Formats: sequence, C-alpha cells, structure tokens
Amino acid sequence: MAKRDIPEVNAGSMADIAFLLLIFFLVTTTMDSDTGISRTLPPVVPKDEPPPPPIKERNVFAVLINSQNQLLVEGEPLDISQLKDKAKEFIENPARKDNLPEFKEIEVPLFGVVEVSKGVISLQTDRGTQYQVYLMVQNELARAYNELREELAKKKFGKDYKDLDEDQQKAIRKIYPQKISEAEPKNVGGK
Amino acid sequence: MARFKKKKAGGPQSINTASLPDIVFMLLFFFMVSTTMKEVDLKVIVRPAQATELSKLEHKELVTFIYVGVPSRAFQSLYGNEPRVQLNDQFATVDDIQSYIAQARDNMRESDQSKMIVSIKADKECPMGIITDIKQALRKAAALKINYSASQKTTK
Repeated sequence: MAKRDIPEVNAGSMADIAFLLLIFFLVTTTMDSDTGISRTLPPVVPKDEPPPPPIKERNVFAVLINSQNQLLVEGEPLDISQLKDKAKEFIENPARKDNLPEFKEIEVPLFGVVEVSKGVISLQTDRGTQYQVYLMVQNELARAYNELREELAKKKFGKDYKDLDEDQQKAIRKIYPQKISEAEPKNVGGK
Repeated sequence: MARFKKKKAGGPQSINTASLPDIVFMLLFFFMVSTTMKEVDLKVIVRPAQATELSKLEHKELVTFIYVGVPSRAFQSLYGNEPRVQLNDQFATVDDIQSYIAQARDNMRESDQSKMIVSIKADKECPMGIITDIKQALRKAAALKINYSASQKTTK
C-alpha cells in the first residue's frame, strides 16, 4: 500500500501568534525590579511601660530636618553632602573625644573582644519635609554605616563586605550595628 | 523521464522565514522571565525617589505595596491634588491601612506572615506628614518591616 502523505501544518502564522504574545507581555508587564531602602519600625510601646532610660547626650547624633528641607545636625546647620562624614566620625570616634559616643566592650565571634560604639543616630523630620530629602538623609546615614563595614571587612578579611560569608557579615554587623532611631514627627514649620 | 522546471530568471528571492517564530519565541521568553506583571493600575503619580544604598526586594510574595502621591490628572477633580494613599486599586485613607495590612497578611502563607514586608512607594515630593502617618499605622498593624521604594541614583 502506498504511504499516505501526512499533510504538513502550515506554520506561517506561527510568527504572528508569537508576536501577539510578545506584545501582550510587553504591555502588561513592567521591567522595574523593586529596590529600596529597608528599615525596621519599632513596635508600639505599651502604655503602661516605663519610659526607657535616658541616653547620654554624647551618645546621640541628632539629625533634624525642617519643612524647608534644611538639616540641623548636632545643633548646627549642615549640608547633606557632609552628613556622611560627620556620621562616620560620630560612629567611629577615632580620637576618643569626650563629646562623641562612648564604647562598650563586647565579645564578637571571629573578632574577640572589641569596642562597640554606644552611639545612636536620632532622626527627626517635620511634617512638611520632602520625602526625597528624608530618603537622602536615610541614604547618607546608611552609606556611613556601609562604608565603615566595608573598611572593616577590608582590614580584617581583605575582601569586600558583600563577598564575605554569613558569619563574617554577621560579626561585622555586630560591631557596626545600624542604630537609627526616629522620633515622632513634629509640626513646627506649619504646613 | 525527468522533467526539469526551468528557473525563472530574475525576480527577488524570498527569504526563508522558518526560524522567525523561534526568534520571536526567544524574545517572548526573555520578557516573560525578566519582567513582572503589573499588579495595580496606579491612580496616583509616583515619581520614585532616588538613593544609592539600595537593597533588592527578593521575594515578591512577601511584599505588600502602599502607594502615596498626588492623584493623577483624571482623578484630580474627584480627589483633589493633595497627596493620597492608594491601596490595591482604590484611593484610601491612612485609617484603612490597618485593615488592608491585616487582609494582606491573611492571604499569606502562615509561615511567611512574620516575614511580611511593606513597601512604601511614595512620590519624591510628597511631604513626610503622610508618610509618618502611614508609618504609625503600620506600627499599630505590627507590620514592622518596611521598605522605602527608591530607584538607583544615576548621576552624582
């Protein structure tokens, strides 16, 4: 018996179908991956809880932003470009000055006993502060911490911070913990 | 007897398009993998703020979004031009956030609920007042992991 020919499927419109799907996906999806600055909020303090013990003045790095987006750092007006270095100096306190934060000695794995700064950065904004400015300040403070961690990683392990393994990163984070406290906002500048 | 068809002289040769579907499919798969579905229609204008110290939001299923910004032009007559909050597809007030978060948490797997991240996508010019209100509402809703959405700053 003669072999019957299997009729060939016409695939000419395949490209059209694929294009249609392609365009559908181009329209309905977005490329942007979500990036941002991650933060943890403090939990709500129960009403009957006693207020936390006061922090010494020298251990607080006060950053205020007013509704005109101007910065007041430790009582002095400051440009945002200088904020990172100022914050680094505060956290590190290289000269062990009296007006910069104290240190406490704690045991850190891989490092042994090290001095860890007791400094806390306090950030307060006005209701009229622009979001971008607030984010830039957060960003600069994060940059200060990241640079310190990077320096330590280079000094101790000779590698970039991101190339370290989990335990090493953890140890470094313990030495330079990101302590940024946000006070309740004020409405001083008006709307 | 073999017959020979005489080739027509001249005339443009047709290009073989048999591999065109393959190429298009390749593009299609590339886009399917590298993009994400738009989940909501934005009704507020969100121009992302810029920053440099960014971290990526890895697990999409853990993230809940809150959009803040001025209503887009079509909605300005209805909702004014003060910054507003958008949850899912609707305008909302700060008071709605708690129930929104609770609902979002209920929709998550139980093991993921403690890892919930709330991403605040706010317009760069929006005042901090509304952001602070949102943050207070999130604290009350016990959604403490937040992420201020920002894009990479390109020029210094």
